[in-house]
Amino acid sequence: MSTVLPAGTVAPEFSLHVTPDQKLSLSELRGRPVILAFYPADWSPVCGDQMALYNEILSEFQKHNAEMIGISVDGSWCHAEFGRARKLHFPLLADFEPKGDVSKKYGAYREADGFCERALFVIDKNGKIAWSYLSPVGVNPGADGILQALEELPK
Amino acid sequence: MLTPPVSSKDHLQGDEKSPIVLVEYGDYQCPHCGHAYPIVKQIQKHYGKRLAFVFRNFPLNEAHPYAQAAAETAEFAGTKGKFWEMHDAIFENQMSLAVPMLVELAGSFDLSGEELVAALEKHEFTAHVKSDFISGVRSGVNGTPTFFINGHRHEGPFEFEDLVGSIDMRISRDEK
Repeated sequence: MSTVLPAGTVAPEFSLHVTPDQKLSLSELRGRPVILAFYPADWSPVCGDQMALYNEILSEFQKHNAEMIGISVDGSWCHAEFGRARKLHFPLLADFEPKGDVSKKYGAYREADGFCERALFVIDKNGKIAWSYLSPVGVNPGADGILQALEELPK
Repeated sequence: MLTPPVSSKDHLQGDEKSPIVLVEYGDYQCPHCGHAYPIVKQIQKHYGKRLAFVFRNFPLNEAHPYAQAAAETAEFAGTKGKFWEMHDAIFENQMSLAVPMLVELAGSFDLSGEELVAALEKHEFTAHVKSDFISGVRSGVNGTPTFFINGHRHEGPFEFEDLVGSIDMRISRDEK
C-alpha cells in the first residue's frame, strides 16, 4: 500500500479538468475546507458505492462549508457521463494527463494497477492537510472519518 | 461502533435485552437489501428468542427514487403499530416498488391511503428517516445493507453462514 501525505503537510497544488473544457485548481478553493476523495475508477459495480454515499451526505459536508471533490484517473468525458448517470452533485476531477500525476503527489497512486488508491484528505481553509486516510482499495471508507475531521477543524 | 445505541426509539423485533441485538441499516429499493431480507428471517428463526432485530433507514435517494417514500411509508405504518408488516411487505414486493403500490399496501393493512399520501406530501417522516441516515453515517455505514451485531459492524458478505459466523464469534467474545 502507498503512504499518503499526512496531516500537517501543505496540500500540493493542482489544476485538473473538471469538465472537458474547464479546469479547477485547489487554490481557487482557498478559504474553505476541501474534501478530496481519490478513488480507483468510475462505474464501480455496487450500488451505494463511495461516490453515491458522499452524494447523499453533501448537505452534511456543506454545514461545514466544505467543498467535496472526487478524483480518479478517468478522463473528463467518462466523469461527465458517470456524474450524470449517478446524479452526482459535486465535481469529479480527471487525473488523466499526465496520468496519475496529482495522485502521486498525494501518495495515493497504485503504480502496479495504474489507478488511484481509495484515499481521503480533508484540507483546511489555508490549504493544509488536516486529516488523511488510506483505505484498503476494496473497502468503501464511508464518511464518518471525514465528518469527524471537519468537526475538529479550528473555526 | 453503533451511534446512537439501540433504544426505545428504534423499531425492534424481540426483546431489547436479548444477548444478541442485530441492527440492519437498509434501503427498501436496494437489491442487496432485498437479498438480505429472507436471510434475516432465517437468522431470526435460527437464534429464536436469543436475538432481537432492529431496522434503521439508510435510503440512497439519488440512486433509488422510491427508497425515501418506502422508508416514510414504513414509518407511517409504524405510528399505527404496523411497522414490521409494512417493512416485510415492501421487501416482498420490492420489484414493483412505486408510490401507488405503497398506497395499496397501506390499504391491505387497513391503513388510510389518503392519510399516507398526505404524510408523504407533508414530509411528516422525512426528518426521522434522515436522522436514521445520519446515525448510519456516524456509525460507519458505507452502503446497504450494513449490519451491526451488539454494536459492532459486521464486515464482508452477509449470506446466512457469514452472519451466523459473525454472531457466534461476537457471543463468544462477549461471554469472556
